Amino acid sequence: MKFGVVVFPGSNCDYDAYHVLLNVLNQDSFFLWHKDHDLKGADCVILPGGFSYGDYLRSGAIARFSPLMREVAEFAERGGLVMGICNGFQILMEMGLLPGAMLRNKRLKFLCQFVHLRLEKTETPFTGLGHRGQVLRIPIAHYEGNYFAPAETLEELERGGQVIFRYCDPEGRLGEEANVNGALNSIAGIINRRGNVLGMMPHPERASEAVMGSQDGRLIFESLLKSLK
Amino acid sequence: MKIRILVSFKDSVLDPQGQTVMNALHTLGYGFVKNVRQGKVFELEVEGLSPEKAEKAIPELAGRVLANPIIEKFSWQVLES
Repeated sequence: MKFGVVVFPGSNCDYDAYHVLLNVLNQDSFFLWHKDHDLKGADCVILPGGFSYGDYLRSGAIARFSPLMREVAEFAERGGLVMGICNGFQILMEMGLLPGAMLRNKRLKFLCQFVHLRLEKTETPFTGLGHRGQVLRIPIAHYEGNYFAPAETLEELERGGQVIFRYCDPEGRLGEEANVNGALNSIAGIINRRGNVLGMMPHPERASEAVMGSQDGRLIFESLLKSLK
Repeated sequence: MKIRILVSFKDSVLDPQGQTVMNALHTLGYGFVKNVRQGKVFELEVEGLSPEKAEKAIPELAGRVLANPIIEKFSWQVLES
């Protein structure tokens, strides 16, 4: 399976994602420069975390105008698998491929810590190997991860089963305490209606090896591999 | 022509930065401040744009790029014609 990791000026999780896909999961992985016009035959495009364009204007707001993003949008429209992690999620929302926007974390602090996520849906190419209600331990690292969407959009997401991950406690319970950044409905990750574009604030690429303290992130990458076989 | 565009959160969106600024003002004794909303200012120098065209083009670019309409609103004014 071929994974293309998009590199913007200011991306800083591009190598982490590339490393996990190449060295941990032994997949054909390569970087895609944001100024190119070619996805090089990728089966799945990863928009990595970081601070594309220094987060100028708004997180992800400038990256969406990068030349390659036209190809990424067309790829997604054709049903291609796209996954945005952290800043990548923010970019997907700015592009309009996923609904909503990110506000600053509720306590106005950059949060860099492990969180627990409740898996809400397994009928997706990104989560097929999990079970509903499963709790994953994966780190976050963001200042703007407080998910916001207008009430009607939020209702649509919930009704359509598009919420994939929610912040929870180690037992899978939701609550104000566990919802570290204040996201509406504790949302940590969503998928588009068609089910081929995922955005998530937590970093599965930082939790895919024992040495990193958790391997729960592998579930997502391995689900992808299984779905594309 | 010089144009100023103000972008701020919609009233329905919480602005914790504005709240924090307000709290700081209260600490300093400015208790008469009842609310603070923080935003961004853009000043654009434009050329070859008639006032009529500006009426269309400025809100368009503000809504497409400068503000994220999901969480933000904007207003604009001509500073110098």
